[in-house]
Amino acid sequence: MNTTEIKNLNNSSFTVAGKQEYMINVYTENQIGILNRISIIFSRRKINIHSLNTSPSEVEGIHRFNIVIEETEEIVKKLVRQIEKQVDVLKAYYNTNEEIIWQEMALYKVPTDLIMEKAKVERLLREFGARVVAIRKDYTVFETTGHREETDKLITALEPYGLIEFVRSARVGIIKESKGFHAKVKEFEQREPGSEVIENEYLDKQSEVFTM
Amino acid sequence: METVEIIKEKKNTEPQTRNVSGSVALLEILIAEKVETVFGYPGGAIMPLYDALYDYNEKIKHILVRHEQGSIHAAQGYARTSGKAGVVFATSGPGATNLVTGLADAMIDSTPLVCITGQVFAHLLGTDAFQETDVVNITTPITKWNYQITDATEIPSVLAKAFYIAQSGRPGPVLIDITKNAQLQKFDFEKYVTCNHIRSYRPKPIVREEYIEQAAELINEAKKPFVIFGQGVILGNAEKEFKNFIEKGGMPAAWTILGLSALPTDHPLNVGMLGMHGNYGPNVLTNDCDVLIAVGMRFDDRVTGRLDKYAKQAKIIHLDIDPAEIDKNVKTTVAVWGDCKETLPLLTKRIDKKEHKEWLQKFEEHKQKETEVCFNKDLRPTTDKLTMGEVINLLNELTDGKAVIVSDVGQHQMVACRYANFRQSRSNVTSGGLGTMGFGLPAAIGAKYGAPERTVVAVIGDGGFQMTLQELGTIMQNNVDVKIVILNNEFLGMVRQWQELFNERRYSFTDIQSPDFVALANAYNIPAQRILEREKLKDGLKKMLDTDGAHLLEVIVGKEHNVFPMVPQGCSVSEIRLS
Repeated sequence: MNTTEIKNLNNSSFTVAGKQEYMINVYTENQIGILNRISIIFSRRKINIHSLNTSPSEVEGIHRFNIVIEETEEIVKKLVRQIEKQVDVLKAYYNTNEEIIWQEMALYKVPTDLIMEKAKVERLLREFGARVVAIRKDYTVFETTGHREETDKLITALEPYGLIEFVRSARVGIIKESKGFHAKVKEFEQREPGSEVIENEYLDKQSEVFTM
Repeated sequence: METVEIIKEKKNTEPQTRNVSGSVALLEILIAEKVETVFGYPGGAIMPLYDALYDYNEKIKHILVRHEQGSIHAAQGYARTSGKAGVVFATSGPGATNLVTGLADAMIDSTPLVCITGQVFAHLLGTDAFQETDVVNITTPITKWNYQITDATEIPSVLAKAFYIAQSGRPGPVLIDITKNAQLQKFDFEKYVTCNHIRSYRPKPIVREEYIEQAAELINEAKKPFVIFGQGVILGNAEKEFKNFIEKGGMPAAWTILGLSALPTDHPLNVGMLGMHGNYGPNVLTNDCDVLIAVGMRFDDRVTGRLDKYAKQAKIIHLDIDPAEIDKNVKTTVAVWGDCKETLPLLTKRIDKKEHKEWLQKFEEHKQKETEVCFNKDLRPTTDKLTMGEVINLLNELTDGKAVIVSDVGQHQMVACRYANFRQSRSNVTSGGLGTMGFGLPAAIGAKYGAPERTVVAVIGDGGFQMTLQELGTIMQNNVDVKIVILNNEFLGMVRQWQELFNERRYSFTDIQSPDFVALANAYNIPAQRILEREKLKDGLKKMLDTDGAHLLEVIVGKEHNVFPMVPQGCSVSEIRLS
């Protein structure tokens, strides 16, 4: 990505000099302080984290971070190496949005009376792929999952009906080319990781790195 | 802790469990880790540990410093000369925050340290208790690893991990914060086992031969190969392997300030120092070589000068243990990731035996020019003012290059590093990456404990000396045999030099007054002399070196002498100025 990509001049949100969104995936030990250790790698370089999700992975004791930033690949590569250098970090990867399937979840709280009287609830649910997760006399909570634009659209749709509260989760992403990922993460449960895991893989091309 | 793997000793006859306090366990662990010397300062939150230490006086030598910053710089000096982790004890709050400069220094200069800080009782954490400070979070960016212990049972596994992390791979400082209750708490302490594996940590990469082969091919094709080396050679104990490598390839080798002493100064292939105040040839010819081979160095901006004009004509081979260093500043043609103790012999095996006489001659020519223009007036001055260079020159003569030279930061540091002669490795102790003024005196104390059989000379400026001069008290109390040379130019010389060259001589707050250093040393019962005349310099230095124990020698040098050569900031290394 060396070209300047202009997405939308009207609201002047364009990407500067090869910057684009990257998702950084980090597998870590479940240690107090590791979040700080990772986040200061970004803040030290004055890089804003757009989205951050951390939760237990499928293997007990190993956590997975999903971090979204907007940067050039060169910077992202250096950041990932600095992250992976941390003692409690098992592995770190980076991907562009094209290389991942990603989702964000959003919750919307609206007044039940207004929404029932005035909105075409059924249409809302269908159009936005939303679900109702709670209905009470005074309020109703909708939930939807998707990309940022999709969850944003439902805000616009619900605002006329007195949106009370809105919250959106961090982004979670699955890497398209992640063959054998799960098996490799499982290997960390054993004392010695397999030869492929301890291989000198950063020197390889990006695509091969994904095979872990 | 699940991440610490325990290696059972083969002749483990019977379980040796003892019910002891966390503090006693910690001291037993230090003994098991072969720690002989600890630098520290007591205080409220670390009192249980100091109480336990009272009974371990015979087994562990504790050096009481005068300020916690002194303890950590001493531990750094110890680590540099001994190759082992330096150990520091400090209390919570201000004790811990006083370690910050030293941690940052050790982090950037890859110095192995294990710092133990006391912390308030676990139940008081987060309450703004007396002398409570969040030291783990404060030190996160400046430690290789840190951890807070709130329960004594964690002490063995965490300490094992701490020593392993600090000393393996690319070394660095580790800080372990121990709450007071954990120091007091009794628990069943089993036989201590050291750590040698952490699943998330790969200190030693597996060397991939295809990269060795590619690197060897480049070297064999090179007409003008140039080797630049850093502290990685020393940290990897690969001095011999390095020497074999350059000797077989007949390649000139230049050092970074931290790589200094890895190769004897008089080695025919040692062409001098790199960087801003380095030698003329190594800087100019960086932009002339065809293959640049970087070994255990990190292309600091003080070494590279302007990056977009740095060795652009050359193919670059980078040998380093830390993958984050590869391509960080300078894009490499071939990266050889690994411990240079392993990679260098593999590379040496594959390279052709060569001499590169013409290429070496070029370095020689540059050296002659530099000697005529710069060095003669430094080393053999004709003016009446003494120069820093002649002091170092005489020191070389009198110590035969066998001393450990500890320097502080500034003009005298550049002079000391460039002119000092060294015959053996781990002889140069200085604050490179962080440039910490005040490092010299305490580091010299530690350097002496790390190499007790060697002569340790601290070369310090009048500015830096005043930053940590309280450590004269430590020298007095412990009879530390450190020779202190203060090169006094009555200025903060390096900043003044920049002000002269780039700020039209606007000497903004660089004119610094000093106390009577001789009287000051005498107040600490340390013999001292002040040298103002050339004729008295040699005898003065001799007297200092012959003194049994510490001695301070103040040399009044020219006020406005400049350090040259110099690569001005923002310039390419080949734009180095000789005057």
